[in-house]
Formats: sequence, C-alpha cells, structure tokens
Amino acid sequence: MSAMGADLAIDVHGLRMRYGTTDVLHGIDLRVGRGEVVTLLGPNGAGKTTIIEILEGFRGPSAGSVTVLGSDPATADEDWRARVGIVLQSWRDHGKWRVRELLRHLGSFYTPYATADRVRPRPVDDLIETVGLAEQAGQRISTLSGGQRRRLDVAIGIIGRPELLFLDEPTAGFDPEARRDFHDLVHSLSDMEETTILLTTHDLAEAARLADRIVILANGRVVADGTEDELARRVSTQAEVRWSRGDDRFVHSTSDATAFVRELLTEPGAPVIDLEVRRASLEDTYLSLVRRHEGTEADDADGGLERLEGGRP
Amino acid sequence: MKRTLHAIRVGIDRGITGFKHLLLTPSELLSQFIWNGIPLVILFLNRDTVVEGTSISFATVALPGFLGLIVAASAYGPAYYLASDREDGTLLRAKAVPRGIVGYVTGVLTQASLETLFGMLILLVPGVILFGVSANGLVGWLTFVFIVVLGLAASLPTGIVIGSVVKSPRVIGGIGLLVIGGMAAISGIFIPIQELPTWLGWIAQALPTYWIGQGFRFVFLPDAAAALEVGGSWRLPEMVAVLSAWAIGGMLVAPVVLRRMARRASGASVEEARQQALQRMM
Repeated sequence: MSAMGADLAIDVHGLRMRYGTTDVLHGIDLRVGRGEVVTLLGPNGAGKTTIIEILEGFRGPSAGSVTVLGSDPATADEDWRARVGIVLQSWRDHGKWRVRELLRHLGSFYTPYATADRVRPRPVDDLIETVGLAEQAGQRISTLSGGQRRRLDVAIGIIGRPELLFLDEPTAGFDPEARRDFHDLVHSLSDMEETTILLTTHDLAEAARLADRIVILANGRVVADGTEDELARRVSTQAEVRWSRGDDRFVHSTSDATAFVRELLTEPGAPVIDLEVRRASLEDTYLSLVRRHEGTEADDADGGLERLEGGRP
Repeated sequence: MKRTLHAIRVGIDRGITGFKHLLLTPSELLSQFIWNGIPLVILFLNRDTVVEGTSISFATVALPGFLGLIVAASAYGPAYYLASDREDGTLLRAKAVPRGIVGYVTGVLTQASLETLFGMLILLVPGVILFGVSANGLVGWLTFVFIVVLGLAASLPTGIVIGSVVKSPRVIGGIGLLVIGGMAAISGIFIPIQELPTWLGWIAQALPTYWIGQGFRFVFLPDAAAALEVGGSWRLPEMVAVLSAWAIGGMLVAPVVLRRMARRASGASVEEARQQALQRMM
C-alpha cells in the first residue's frame, strides 16, 4: 500500500531522541498511510517504545518533524486526542473500579467528539463482549488476571473509536487463544472501521500476521521497511531448493530458483518428487538484519534506553 | 468551552465514584472513622473541662478548631492522589483521553471534598448531640457552609501543588501526617495562639488551619467568646482575606505545576516506578 501526502496518518522525518549524551533514535523516517497496519519490530532497546511515545504526544523529540493526523503530537490539542487511541501497559491503576464502570467512565469523555461516521464512545457492553471480558464485567480490576488486564487495556484503547490506534506490545502476557482473539480484533478494526494501526512487538509471527508493512528497528535506526516478502527478498536473494529422486534427497542454494527448477525438471533420470522452494523466512530476515546492524554498532548497545527497557535478550 | 464543561461533569462523576469506592472499602472507611474520631475522643475525655476564666466548655471551643483542621487537611487528598496516580499510571490514562486531565483533576477535587465533608460529619454529628454545639439559626449554618467552601478553596489547590512536586506518595504519607500534626499543635485548638512564642503565632496565622477554625468558632460559639481570640474579636475580614489569598495563590500556581507534571508523565516513567516498586518488595 502506498502512502502519499494528505492520506498519511503518520509522517515522521529525521526524528532524533537523545537522553543526556546518549542518542537513542538516530534520524527515523516513518510514513504510515491511513488505514494501514504497520508493525515496528525490533529487539528490546531498539527505540520502539520511545517512537510510540513521541507519536502519542507523551514525549517531546530532540529533533525532527513529526505529524500525526495532521498535527504535531507535542502541541496537538485535546480534540486531536479524541481521534487517537492508545493501549497502555497497565499496572495497578483503577484497582477499585469495576471493568464496566471504568469503561463507561473513560468512554464518557468521548461523547462530545462523536461524528456522523464515528459513533463515540463505542457501546460499552458490546466492547466488553468483543474483548472477551463479559464474565468479568462486574469485577474489580484488581482481581483480574494479567491477561484480562491486557484485554481491558485494549478495550480502553479503542473505546473512543479512534482513527489511529497505538499498541505497544499489545499481546505481552496473552495466552494463545487470547492472542488469536486479539488478532481477529485488529483485523476487524482495520477492515470494518479503517482504523490506522501502529503496533510494536518482538513477536515475528504476530508482525507477519497483522501487518501490511513491517518496519524493523535496530539501535535507534530503521534498518528495513516493507512487506514481509519485500523484506525477505531484500535480505536474501538466495532461495533453497529441496527435492528427492528415488531414495536420494538433495538441497541446493540458488539465486534464480525458477531457472534452476526448470533445468532440474528437464534433466534425464528418475522423476523429481517432493520439490520444495523456500525463501528466507521473516525470522531469518529479521535476525540477519538485526545482527548485521548491531554488529557494526556495538558501542550504542549501552544506551540509556536499554537500561530503561530492561536490557536486550 | 462546551467540551471542557463536559469533561468537568465527567470528572465530578469520577470523584463521586471514587468516594463510593471508599465507602465500600472497609479498611478505608475504618481509617476515616479513626482519624476523624480521634478529636471526638479527646473532646469526650475533656467534656467536663471549662476554659479558664469562663463558663464555656473546652469541647465547644476545641471542636470548631478540629473541624478547621479537617478542612485544611483536605489538601492531603489531592497531594496523595496526584503522587500515587502519577506512579501507577492513572494519570497517564487520563492523559490519553480527550480533556482527561481536566476530568481527572475535577475528580480528585470532588473526591477530596466529599471525603472532607464526610470526615466533618463524623465529628460534627456527635458534637451536636453530645456537646450541644450548634450554629445560630439558618444564617449561622449558611455562614458555616460559606467558610467550609472558602476553606476548601484555600486548601485543595495547595494539595495539588504539593502532589505535583513531590517525588512519591510515600513522602506524602510520612511528611503529610507530621504537617497535619504540627498544624494541630499550633493552630489554636489546644492552646490559644496568644500563648505561643510570637514567631510560631505568626506562622499559625499565615496558614489556613487557624483561620478556618477561627471562622468556625465564630459560627458555633456565643459572641462573648470573642474575648478569647486575638484582639478580642472574631477578625472576620482578616479570615476572609487570608483564606482568599491562599485560594487565589493556589489557583494561580496549581495549574502551572500541574501542567508541567502532567507533561512529564509517560509510559516509561510509570514503568520506572513499577520497577522501583518491585525492588522495594524484594
């Protein structure tokens, strides 16, 4: 999906962030078109959370231009806020509130911002159903499990029916079922309501499943930006061809799989069976990109953000 | 403007909900009764004491002072809420919704006001029944309400300023109680301020506690009791002037420090606090 001019939900140029004397973002460029789902992928300390917080308007950048839904988030007004949804990593806030009570309360802030095509807030009981908290609706939030709290975080993030939704590590702590529900929810937000979504994750499978486009960060730089296929092609032009002939198995690496296979099939001898052509997986791509980048920038690895986010794996 | 008013309305609801949560939480309800009940015990133990040289009982003179202390201590509410809500992410949630900080602060002020009124009732109702404390008719009670409102206006913004600048809610918990204790000691509840060292008397007269108590004494005591006050008069203009000065000063400073504090709140700062809390637990 191409992202041009006024159709951009997010437009970032030369974004830099410095804590003290440590640069954690070195000139990020990022464009997200309206309706696009983009994943920021990267190891801990790559700067994902910092970028998201700048885009949310929670943190001022050191340099660069940032435009989100037509405004600079650092100075955007409260009407802008109504169009942006944020899924926060909750901890123990509002422990005495009940699930439905808190959603109703936070939702009521959005009432004056309803438009003809965006009913605000979302009906609370439908939302509770959607995120799978129907059984806990009357429960105190302090009694929810970690996974249930994350579902509530997601519900709070979308209660205002945002045009643009930020999700920072949305599925951390989700079990596989909750994760699948969440992925369905993201798809429906994107398909039914044309919500633009920017999420961070270090789960590769999740990035591949959800995103139209993946932006890989390493050490405060964008090291790759494209669809899953584009990234795979970018990092590796080599494909692996496997086949069997009689009882023998073969593996061959080639940069032109099509030509190789055509040749192979016309060769005389026993018939070729179990033919398989495999391009580099997203995981191979990701690890290769990150490793390549981190290898050359080992000095940056001690930056402030790493400490904030708890060190790299 | 309309949208801001809407956020204020949502904030009032928020404060009422918060107060309901307090009423439904046995431990917090109990602590309300304990803190506001302490004065009652003191008054009850001294129920037969009369103020030297008069026929007025100690209880009727001290009770308005204690009520004044409760109103002034309303500052503790916003100070504590702001410090702890910043740490646990409540404030960040407010920041993420449109005009959420307006709603949040309205909620804190509403909740602190309701808690203060509740605390006053815990003391005042038994006071009326046991010691026959009463205001002089409708005008007396209206004057009482006016002083309550003025006292809250003088005290609550100060709490917002304190809550915005202190580092953590644990500071408020520790120092807050010392400050309230100190104010109780010097604000003319137990000892007339004329008997304090001059400098301490001046400090007391610079703070809201003494003046709110003075206003309440005017409401609840017979006119003759004015003789016990500084200068032998109720000094009502001075009371209104000092409390108004605190209110106006607070309302000018509070939004500035609050805005600065809210601007700094971020997910990373909440995460940092969370890590520190985890370390404290280990």
